[in-house]
Amino acid sequence: MEAVLEAFLSHYNYGMAIILMMIGLYALIAKQNLVKKLIGLNIFQTAIFLFYISFADVEGGIAPIYLPEGMEAIYVNPLPHVLILTAIVVGVSVTAVGLSLIVRIYEEYGVIDEAGLLKMVKRR
Amino acid sequence: MIEHLPVLLVTVPIVAALLILLLGWHDSRFCYPLTLATILFQFAGGIALLIEVMREGTIHYYLGGWAPPLGIEFVIDTFNGYILPIVLLLALATAVYARRSVEKEIKPEKIVSFYVLFQLLVTGLVGMTITGDIFNLYVFLEISSIAAYTLIASSRKPRAYVAALNYLVLGSIAGGFVLLGIGNLYVATGTLNMADLARLLPASYGLATVHTAFLLLVIGFSIKVALFPLHLWLPDAYTEAPSAVTVLISTVMAKVSVYAMFRVIFSVFTTAYFVETVPVTELILFIAAVAIVAGAVLAIAQEDLKRMLAYSSVSQVGYIVFALGVANQIALEGGLLHILGHAVMKGCLFMVAGVIIYRLGTSSFSDLKGVAATMPVTCAAFALAGASMIGVPPTIGFASKYYLVLGALEAGHWVYAAVLLAGSLLAVGYIWRFIEVAYFSASSHHEGGDHHPAPGVREAPLSMLVPMVILSILCLVLGIFVDPLMKIVAPAVSLLLGGA
Amino acid sequence: MVDVTGLLPAVTVVIPLLAAVMILVSGRHENIRDGFTVAAAVAMLVSVVAMLPSILSGERITISLIPLLPGGDLALRVDAFGMVFALTAAVLWLLNSFYSIGYMRSLKEHAQTRFFFCLAVAIAAAIGIAFSANLVTLLVFYEILTIITYPLVVHVETPEAMAAGRKYLAYLLIGGIFFLAAVILTYILTGTTGFVPGGFLAGSAPPLTLQILFVLFMVGFVKAAWMPLHGWLPAAMVAPTPVSAFLHAVAVVTAGVFGIVRIAGWVYGMDLLASLGLGTLLAVIASFTIITASLFALTEDNLKRRLAYSTVSQLSYILLGVSMLSIAGMTGAMAHIPIHAFLKITLFFVAGAVIVAAGRERISDMKGIGRKMPVTAVMFSAAAIGICGLPPLSGLISKVYLALGAVEGGVPILLIVLIASTVLNAAYFFPIIHTMLLGRPDDERSLDSVSEPPLTMLVPIVLTTVASVLIFFFPSMPFMDLVEIAIGEITGSVIP
Repeated sequence: MEAVLEAFLSHYNYGMAIILMMIGLYALIAKQNLVKKLIGLNIFQTAIFLFYISFADVEGGIAPIYLPEGMEAIYVNPLPHVLILTAIVVGVSVTAVGLSLIVRIYEEYGVIDEAGLLKMVKRR
Repeated sequence: MIEHLPVLLVTVPIVAALLILLLGWHDSRFCYPLTLATILFQFAGGIALLIEVMREGTIHYYLGGWAPPLGIEFVIDTFNGYILPIVLLLALATAVYARRSVEKEIKPEKIVSFYVLFQLLVTGLVGMTITGDIFNLYVFLEISSIAAYTLIASSRKPRAYVAALNYLVLGSIAGGFVLLGIGNLYVATGTLNMADLARLLPASYGLATVHTAFLLLVIGFSIKVALFPLHLWLPDAYTEAPSAVTVLISTVMAKVSVYAMFRVIFSVFTTAYFVETVPVTELILFIAAVAIVAGAVLAIAQEDLKRMLAYSSVSQVGYIVFALGVANQIALEGGLLHILGHAVMKGCLFMVAGVIIYRLGTSSFSDLKGVAATMPVTCAAFALAGASMIGVPPTIGFASKYYLVLGALEAGHWVYAAVLLAGSLLAVGYIWRFIEVAYFSASSHHEGGDHHPAPGVREAPLSMLVPMVILSILCLVLGIFVDPLMKIVAPAVSLLLGGA
Repeated sequence: MVDVTGLLPAVTVVIPLLAAVMILVSGRHENIRDGFTVAAAVAMLVSVVAMLPSILSGERITISLIPLLPGGDLALRVDAFGMVFALTAAVLWLLNSFYSIGYMRSLKEHAQTRFFFCLAVAIAAAIGIAFSANLVTLLVFYEILTIITYPLVVHVETPEAMAAGRKYLAYLLIGGIFFLAAVILTYILTGTTGFVPGGFLAGSAPPLTLQILFVLFMVGFVKAAWMPLHGWLPAAMVAPTPVSAFLHAVAVVTAGVFGIVRIAGWVYGMDLLASLGLGTLLAVIASFTIITASLFALTEDNLKRRLAYSTVSQLSYILLGVSMLSIAGMTGAMAHIPIHAFLKITLFFVAGAVIVAAGRERISDMKGIGRKMPVTAVMFSAAAIGICGLPPLSGLISKVYLALGAVEGGVPILLIVLIASTVLNAAYFFPIIHTMLLGRPDDERSLDSVSEPPLTMLVPIVLTTVASVLIFFFPSMPFMDLVEIAIGEITGSVIP
């Protein structure tokens, strides 16, 4: 038990990412409102971003900025930050497309919840 | 020029997409020739690269001159050298086909954006195919996916919005899984270059991180290729999308996703990992067999041509994944052959569905009685491609089936070989639905009713007919000249298995 | 046995394919289109006959077209046994072409272009089967034949025909799957699928595997319509009569039995079959089919369906001959292929002529019809007598060999089967003859409108009957000579 706790505490950043992911997935599945579903998707994606950022961290590291001659410092790993910058752009685009689709669905069917939508789609 | 071809295949179309947007704003007549010219350039480039690879061996291109593992590289070897021309051939055929189809199925004010997105989708897929960097793969995957969501939603039918949103949600979850898997790989090895990963990974095969990464990547790509039971987004997306988009995503996009799955499993993890370290081949085979049968049974149950073809895709993906499960030379040759074969025949079949929608405004079986009388060429194309789907010799569908069964039997998977054969029989069940209705529909002759399903129905316009007929003839030609084709496929398979 | 390379086998297969394309192109002009059918039939017959002398001199003509799949190139090889089938098919296709044209035009059938297109492709596939040099090529043509005959079977497009078509397709395609499995298995066991006289499977696998493989092949050749897998054949009788003639005599069922004989003689070899005990299996299947199908035939009132069951029964004579695993039995089996084809096509031609000229399909409606169509009825009687195995028609030849084979093979019980079957044949054919020639119609005036069919139909009927008589008097020219060479090829000995 102690070992498990130990493992969890030493990697609690991963644990948090997983918990966040599960919250996101839960919202995605359980929420009726389409916008809330999309928020769930966002939470899910953000959890992954945080996962990346957290493993890039080095204890005591600072932002990887080029320092003048003679100064030494430990940097955090910059690569995951760069990757996540790209992934955030992807996430924003997906959200934008998703929201505009929801707007269109609302215009067409006049509903914004899943059950109502299913009913409307079947009726047509 | 030729040494920069790999990057030009990605950058030129992005510039072209911008150009289409700007010029198309001015006058939408510019869109079509520009799109066609760009894809023609890409196709020629793809062929040139294949020839180069077959002659000189693997091509490495360092983006901006930064050598890997720091920089991103494009790698063209025999495997993606084989996939790339398939992708671009189908993209070209779809581009030619799209013009008339789009005029009918998409609102005029959206046509410019259709061509822009079409171009971006193809570009994203080309990027996925040739990149040698796994994060780059993810980025291109998302580019093509976002383009696909919007293209599906560009249909006039409101249901397409719902289908697109469903696909968006599931596609994003898949993307998230892939991203997470890549993160785990990076944690384990500190690199993102695929060749580098393959080199460094064996040292950490035992780590839970690597297992997690494998699982996440496989699940992510399984959603993308619509492997049963993760196919739920597919039927609606394929059915509701405009016909040209259906053709593109059902052939090109589906095949590139399969490519990515194969690439990650074989080139990053290698057979040594997934056959010996985590023996999942039996499980993969089982899932593939279920997919083949379930997809075909669902297809038989459909009342609409397009939806039936969509479920058929679920079944056919099973064939390709089947090869992955057997994982020996001959079966994989069959699998790679089926990537080509299925792209060609399903492209043709969806084009037929599109032509029928273009002329009749519906693809429901009950409205298609005796359609062969008025659209003989279209229906003949369907019959030929359908025969290939069933696996009638000497079509390409038969060749891939032959290799798959041979491979499975050689590996001793008797039961699964039997399931595969039975599955191909089920294909008769759904292909014949259309054949019976179109050709031998009793009502058109014996009840004195009129021959024509609707007044004024004619054969499809030439620009839709030509790509469709070419693809259907390809089903036959590739099947007959399958041996020269194997000269390209066999080295690709050896490359995939080479890591073992 | 000398192998020579020659282009003629490929030309023979390509001729009807080209004709098929031309038929599609010229579909709107009836006369030009049918001209292509006839021209191709003549050209193909010439091309087959041109190969005959070199085959009779003991050569085999081979040509390898392209490498296809592991296990076999797309390759053709004309040997004596293939020639038996090809010659039969080529001659009968020519006659059937005239007959079809007459039949289709008389009845003003719809979709004639589709009909003649499919017939042309089907004959190409049949010739391909006859000339296949290996199992892969055989499989390719076999499956093409299945698919391309489907439109012929469902030609009338009634719900009944569609149901029959589904049944036809289901049986034959499932059979095709078994055949495919068998081919692949053969390749895995031996690394080859090329036909070798006397077989090449011996010693490649444990007996049980080879026995299972043989069953796979048997189910694969469901076209041979052995019981209980015969259901598709009577169902396919909804097709127009020329199609029935084509299915029964020219191509389809013949392809099935041809395949089984090929497997027996050129894949397994008679010695291996004997040591595996498969002769007994075949004998049981064949005897059961012969007797049961004849009994079914007795109960059918529809002439075409009765003939269908007669075919099922007669095809099993060929299986019976193979099962004896003796030289005489095998001879009888091979000889029965052309002999039965010529006789059965006459019977179907007559059945079609009665439909065209009198519009009747039921035997009970045919009372006295021979008075108005004497030639037709007499030809029918002659062919029926031939099937029963009475002189002076060719049917006697194969029966004698089969009887000899039964004695030689030491299975006299098969002799009883043969005798019983002859009695049953007579029992279901003689009433028809009696009805046609001697029966009195219930209403004399109902026959007023009946007359002989058009010449395009009548001439083929007479020719096929005459051919059967000629085969009886001159058996060696050329069929028995070919059979003799084939027997020599697989056993190394001569016909008794």
